[in-house]
Amino acid sequence: MDALLGEPWELTPSVALRPEPFGALAYHFGNRRLTFLKRPELVAVVRGLRSAPDVRSALAEAGVPASQHGAFAAALRGLAAADMIRPRTTDPEVPR
Amino acid sequence: MTLAPERPADTPAPRTLVQQFELGLDAPICLTWELTYACNLECAHCLSSSGRRDPRELSTEQCKAVIDELQRMQVFYVNIGGGEPTIRPDFWELLEYAVAHDVGVKFSTNGVRLTPERARFLASPACNGYVDVQISLDGATAEVNDYVRGPGSYDTALRALANLRDAGFADAKISVVCTRQNIGQLDEFKALADRFGATLRLTRLRPSGRGADVWDELHPLPEQQRELYDWLLAHGEEVLTGDSFFHLAAFGESLPGLNLCGAGRVVCLIDPIGDVYACPFAIHDEFLAGNLLADGGFRKVWQDSALFADLRSPQTGGACSSCQFFDACRGGCMAAKFFTGLPLDGPDPECVQGYGESALAGDRVVPPASQDHSKSAPTRNQPVMLRLGTTRTAPPVSACAESPLAGFDPNGERR
Repeated sequence: MDALLGEPWELTPSVALRPEPFGALAYHFGNRRLTFLKRPELVAVVRGLRSAPDVRSALAEAGVPASQHGAFAAALRGLAAADMIRPRTTDPEVPR
Repeated sequence: MTLAPERPADTPAPRTLVQQFELGLDAPICLTWELTYACNLECAHCLSSSGRRDPRELSTEQCKAVIDELQRMQVFYVNIGGGEPTIRPDFWELLEYAVAHDVGVKFSTNGVRLTPERARFLASPACNGYVDVQISLDGATAEVNDYVRGPGSYDTALRALANLRDAGFADAKISVVCTRQNIGQLDEFKALADRFGATLRLTRLRPSGRGADVWDELHPLPEQQRELYDWLLAHGEEVLTGDSFFHLAAFGESLPGLNLCGAGRVVCLIDPIGDVYACPFAIHDEFLAGNLLADGGFRKVWQDSALFADLRSPQTGGACSSCQFFDACRGGCMAAKFFTGLPLDGPDPECVQGYGESALAGDRVVPPASQDHSKSAPTRNQPVMLRLGTTRTAPPVSACAESPLAGFDPNGERR
């Protein structure tokens, strides 16, 4: 399994998500790249990263079954390559 | 007239991203906003027939209200053009306002106002890296460029590029409309971009605006389309195309990009008076979705207009659906068909499988323009090719109009 699953990650601060019928559109204001999140579950995962202790918890929170964690980890790696998400170095945000 | 072709009775639920895009998004991805119809140049192929300012042009406050709405809709960036947008006195103010409201700006300019001082401003933290600059250049040499864009326009563009480079502005774009005259210069354009630390952007010539008048002479020949396609395949990742060459996908391999007509689905245009059109290349009443002042704002026009609903409903390929390449090119460009008088559910006039040529040879009526902001009297900036077009070809009204000695025969019989 991808080591990323056990790590804390977050949505890059300069990235905005725009909801769309198919999922969301992610725009990075820094590198001006546009990426499409093609599944609503992936959007939920990405939105939940910051408040989860690690990626696996964010996946569970979004209702992604363990059998699909590998596929989602690959999708998250793709987003990381475009700097849409990044490893988190600070403590998780406490959800209010 | 119903714009979109006939629809199949029922369609399966969409699966791919492209199919999703064909049904439209909650807000456009690629929004073009022409800030003014005023322009210092008179390019022969101007897609918006620009020249004179429209007295109904949106005010500074109205423009800021549009930016506020784009921010609420999360339209992350807007392509600003014209006319020449930088000759609006409030252009720089609007630019800063947009950047401060999370609406990035890519603007197209002929470079006339890009002084060293403005270039430094664009490179400064005030623009926060949210600003892209596209300098229009339609020839890698002054001879080829000025032929369509007018005398001196090549020097103006290169001076602007030098100012941007010298100010430390990173990655300007050189925006080229590909024509019969410049397809042979693709390598030279690339070298020019490299010289200025810029990125080359190539787009397709459409028969829109004044482009309709010169399209027959300027549009690339069939063998040049192949040359362009091969060049794009070889340089795919280094050049931008604004997704404009999807009709070339019917050569075989798809080019990078969405390869679909985004008109009214992911693309649209706001013109200087707030009219919203399906696409920047479709400034015509047939493609007018509404006006953001008269119809309750941009969001309402984008989401509720009958025209856009029509463009987003599933479409059949008409005459093209039996072609094996239909899935690659999706019938090509709506504006190119419309402005050459071809049916919208038939082949693109530049169909690379050759169906366009036969369609152009058939019966067709080129639609008259529904708006024109061209200057009524030509100025010194008018391209030479138009002057050549006005050269008298009819015989003089009388012989003596050409020669003061007309009819005089020194050996003739004296009366």
